[in-house]
Amino acid sequence: MYLAGERRWRKTGWVLLFLAPSLAGLILFTLGPILASLGLTLFQWDLIRPLEFVGLDNFREIFASGEFWSALSHTLYFVIGYIPLVMLLALGVALLLNQRVRGLALYRTAFFIPVVSSWVVISLLGKWAFNPRYGLVNYALGLVGVQGPNWLFSSRWAMPAIILTSVWKDIGFVMVMFLAGLQSIPHEYREASALDGAQAWNHFRWITLPLLSPTTFFALIISLIASFQVFDQVWIMSETGTKSATTVLVQQIVQNAFSYGRMGTAAALSWVLFAFIFAITLVQLRLQRRWVAYD
Amino acid sequence: MTSHAQTLSTAQDIHAPRVRLWRAALYLTLTALAGVMLVPFIWMVSTSLTQDQYVLSATPSLIPNPATLGSYQKLLDLLNIGGMFVNSLFVAVLTTAGQVLTSSMAAYAFARMRWRGRDVVFALYLITLMVPAQVTIVPLFILMRLFGWVNTYQALILPGLFSAFGTFLLRQAFLTIPREIEEAAFIDGASHWTIFRRVVLPLVKPGLATLTVFSFMGSWNAYLWPLFVARQDSMLTLPVGLARLHGQYLTQWNLVMAGAVISIIPILIVYLFAQRAFVRGIALSGLKG
Repeated sequence: MYLAGERRWRKTGWVLLFLAPSLAGLILFTLGPILASLGLTLFQWDLIRPLEFVGLDNFREIFASGEFWSALSHTLYFVIGYIPLVMLLALGVALLLNQRVRGLALYRTAFFIPVVSSWVVISLLGKWAFNPRYGLVNYALGLVGVQGPNWLFSSRWAMPAIILTSVWKDIGFVMVMFLAGLQSIPHEYREASALDGAQAWNHFRWITLPLLSPTTFFALIISLIASFQVFDQVWIMSETGTKSATTVLVQQIVQNAFSYGRMGTAAALSWVLFAFIFAITLVQLRLQRRWVAYD
Repeated sequence: MTSHAQTLSTAQDIHAPRVRLWRAALYLTLTALAGVMLVPFIWMVSTSLTQDQYVLSATPSLIPNPATLGSYQKLLDLLNIGGMFVNSLFVAVLTTAGQVLTSSMAAYAFARMRWRGRDVVFALYLITLMVPAQVTIVPLFILMRLFGWVNTYQALILPGLFSAFGTFLLRQAFLTIPREIEEAAFIDGASHWTIFRRVVLPLVKPGLATLTVFSFMGSWNAYLWPLFVARQDSMLTLPVGLARLHGQYLTQWNLVMAGAVISIIPILIVYLFAQRAFVRGIALSGLKG
């Protein structure tokens, strides 16, 4: 009896030793803040005066404010522009790289440099490249006889510039997922390179694409979740004059917490964002039965 | 058998003219696309080497003429980019080391030990994976203020010392190891710690490498959290410092691009040495920095 008890204590000691550092971090820096954030949605607090209980007023105010709806619409604009572009281009590049290309690592590196760079670097570079007068983009457009728009200085073209910059950064990331998916397709199903155009299309449409669908689904979910949380590039690239055309949801969280000292509103907004992400992921999981083919 | 025959037939096809044309078109397209990806970076380097008076020029050039290191000099001498670099490196190295250590230890407890409540605790880890960082960031910032940690290394490092995702990733890796391996060690009288260090960890090196490169990249590139807690000049990390630099020197793109070049070099080196770990990480799990 005594021995068994002692052994149990020693075992508990080992479990605690291995688990404690991580679990302490989880509780203090994630679980605790999640609960605190949930509680904070019911209060208003500027960090100076005492907490003020406001019930569900924060949510009511959010849904009644035009700012929220415009931030939501900008976020959706970003998602709808970004997702199809990044998915299609990444799939295209992955298909090309999957043709037993020599120097694969070299090409992959070219697509990967934007992936490992920080959003700050990418956003600054994007901002410089989309500069209407001195930038690379309008210069290149000029070479083919097109007069480029004012991009970030124009309410209409600011978001497209941000979307294109984001696609440029993320192609390599999504492409690597597709490439791994393509390479896991069994050899029997791989394309013989002697197929002509129509045959190749049919092969792609009816064999490759269905076999790739679990990867496509996974890449779509990951990209959707990340694109709803878009912030860095919008925050850095937006020009003062066009901010009203680009403000996104996370930006509202940051501004409420930082500039307006409205911690409760910021917390409530973050839960609204989470609810959106959660709902869209659920819808995706439901829809997957229609188009994702698992073996 | 089938695949072998197919490889053979493709090998012969390579000499057919139509196939050669197709291969040529393939390489041409890929090279053009890779060029589109890379040209902005070449331009970044070129801009960083341009003299002040030539930066705003209507015909952007990929080779600066005359070239100068003036922007780098100015960043080092006047704008303390060295201090930001050291801050970033210090924070990234400690965060990475801490994350790999705490995650691998917790993963060991979840994958190689049996104890009551294990599945419940693990479920807690999984739940936190679903909640976006924006939800925790406001209370976390308040907590840092409460501790008096705003503008300290503690605020930049401590919240990043553990990772629910890293724990999950390494737990999966640990689960693939057969039980017999550590049973033999137990019979020899080894403790859990010895088995963890000498038996289990060496068997999951690829998983550890993946977590290491991604947590380094995540910390080196982080913007939102340092933006909240590192606001004094002496505490700035490169991404926050760079964004601020741009705010101060709006038209001096040579200066901003020089800063960008400096901030990108370390992560490029890490990538070049650990390409496989990067690629595997994304292919397996869609990790994101």
